[in-house]
Amino acid sequence: MQSGLATMPAEELSAGKVRRRTPWSEGVRRLRKQKAAVIGGALVLLFILTGLFAPLLAPHDPIEQNLANTLQPPSAEHWFGTDDSGRDMFSRILYGARISMTIGIFSVLGSLVVGTLLGLIAGFYGKWIDTLISRIFDVMLAFPGILLAIAIVAILGPGLFNALLAIAIVNVPMYGRLVRAKVLGIKQEEYIMAARAQGMSQVRILFRHVLPNSWTPLIVQGTLGVASAILEAAALGFLGLGAQPPEAEWGKMLADSRDYITTAPWVVMIPGFAIMASVIGFNLFGDGLRDALDPKAQ
Amino acid sequence: MAPLLSVRGLQTYFFTDDLVVKSVDRVDLTLDEGEILGVVGESGCGKSVTSLSIMGLVPNPPGKVVGGEIQFEGRDLLKLSAKEMRAIRGNQIAMIFQEPMTSLNPVFRIGEQMCETIQLHMGLKKKEAKERAIQLLKQVGLPRAEQVVDEYPHQLSGGMRQRVMIAMAMACNPKLLIADEPTTALDVTIQAQILDLMKRISKESGTAIMLITHDLGVVAEMCHRVVVMYAGKVVEEADVHTLFSDPKHPYTQGLLRSMPTLHERKDRLDSIKGNVPIPAEMPKGCKFAPRCEHASEICLGEEPVLQQVGGAKPHQVRCWLFAEERPSHLANPEARSE
Repeated sequence: MQSGLATMPAEELSAGKVRRRTPWSEGVRRLRKQKAAVIGGALVLLFILTGLFAPLLAPHDPIEQNLANTLQPPSAEHWFGTDDSGRDMFSRILYGARISMTIGIFSVLGSLVVGTLLGLIAGFYGKWIDTLISRIFDVMLAFPGILLAIAIVAILGPGLFNALLAIAIVNVPMYGRLVRAKVLGIKQEEYIMAARAQGMSQVRILFRHVLPNSWTPLIVQGTLGVASAILEAAALGFLGLGAQPPEAEWGKMLADSRDYITTAPWVVMIPGFAIMASVIGFNLFGDGLRDALDPKAQ
Repeated sequence: MAPLLSVRGLQTYFFTDDLVVKSVDRVDLTLDEGEILGVVGESGCGKSVTSLSIMGLVPNPPGKVVGGEIQFEGRDLLKLSAKEMRAIRGNQIAMIFQEPMTSLNPVFRIGEQMCETIQLHMGLKKKEAKERAIQLLKQVGLPRAEQVVDEYPHQLSGGMRQRVMIAMAMACNPKLLIADEPTTALDVTIQAQILDLMKRISKESGTAIMLITHDLGVVAEMCHRVVVMYAGKVVEEADVHTLFSDPKHPYTQGLLRSMPTLHERKDRLDSIKGNVPIPAEMPKGCKFAPRCEHASEICLGEEPVLQQVGGAKPHQVRCWLFAEERPSHLANPEARSE
């Protein structure tokens, strides 16, 4: 036992070094210990960077047609081949990442902000306002998400932005209920009573004390939510309700090329693979975050 | 001189679906400046609810202060607006809680939490507030105060956290500190330290303390005066020496008998038979009558009032045994109560 202590590095032993760790850096440390999360994080980063720098990376114009060069298999010139209009698949996948990441991330941000606000209000103030908000959530959750999204797009009209909006609206109850449940627990905590006893106002307690304690599940759910938002966006695109031609959106690409699945399988498989890889990336990363940030796992 | 705090006829009820629970039923309390008042009683006797009523923090619904007045420095706290009340809470009246492990927000550093209160009430700048926080932490005897301000609650032990809570409560030099079982969750050696600290602070800054506890040992150690509560009512009130040397109410006597003493060896501690009445079956007369060995017909039928007994010292008891106009069959109460 003694020798074990002796071999410990001195800085580990000095209280200061170990205690300085903030919850945040502690979370990052634990996240990095998980292989799946690191792979997920790498995929997420890859797709985000791809989306950001698509114009720099793409060797061809994603919407420029070349009818003399349709449905070419992958080659040195066209890494992922060409589609039925002779467009470079590789460039289209890169630009598709931009669209999918945008929809995924911004729709989640949208539903996160609105859902959190509604959930905070419902959970903290309770009474009739809670009943009202919770019943609206219940009604929204009674519809299959994609069906509701289709309905909303049908009202707003097809298009990328409307698809984003529809996905954001559909997912609000998920975050709202999560926050509400968390708030119901937190508001019973003694430190909230203590904050009251210190003379803080309701609004201050809500945003300064309750909200920061609800972050963890939101970060996790938000990350996983990006994955499902990407899928929903692809589904809307596939149905022709999201991105409009000639935009390079993965779901749309999948839909346009499904006639060629036997003759030119790459035009179908490559967008499908892109969707799958990005969704897996966010899911792995989200699961890793959950394990890293869950205080019970300590 | 008018007392610092004067609670008159306070009634705090909790409304459930099918009954009204009278958690605090016409309680009177006074507290002078710099005085330490013990409020004693077992769980559910209304001592915590009394303190929450004073703070204006009774959870509503289901609870509500339905009657009485709480005079603090000449103002009735029950008549103040929410905003005026907020200006008093944490500033002139501070409170510390039973569980030091959970009364600090886990996501903020100690300093951030302290500064928030200091900035809120004292209007100090961030840097000044931090200096004040460090100074306060030193005052409550925390070692490494400069480092502790930058640490998170989970890095501190229970005793340290309770010190932090006290430092936080003292941040704005309150006139009154309400301490709800401040040492119950701590182990005995730390308990003694925390009690000493509170005593010292009270003496140095002239802060009055309302100490809520079920621990008579703590009361003997700390308090000037004691109020014993049972089932939402004050049953006995006296200065600490009188209460321990000459307890009148059978409940107080029972409490004292159930305490271990150093001088005599008992195999078994005495206990008070029975349980606190549940709200739905509150006795009609004296609330303690069903458990009281001296109970007679009148005790079961009619509730006694709180009245002065004995000599010159203020000593009030709510018991038929000591009532001025007591029923004839209780001719010699002194003989019966030992």
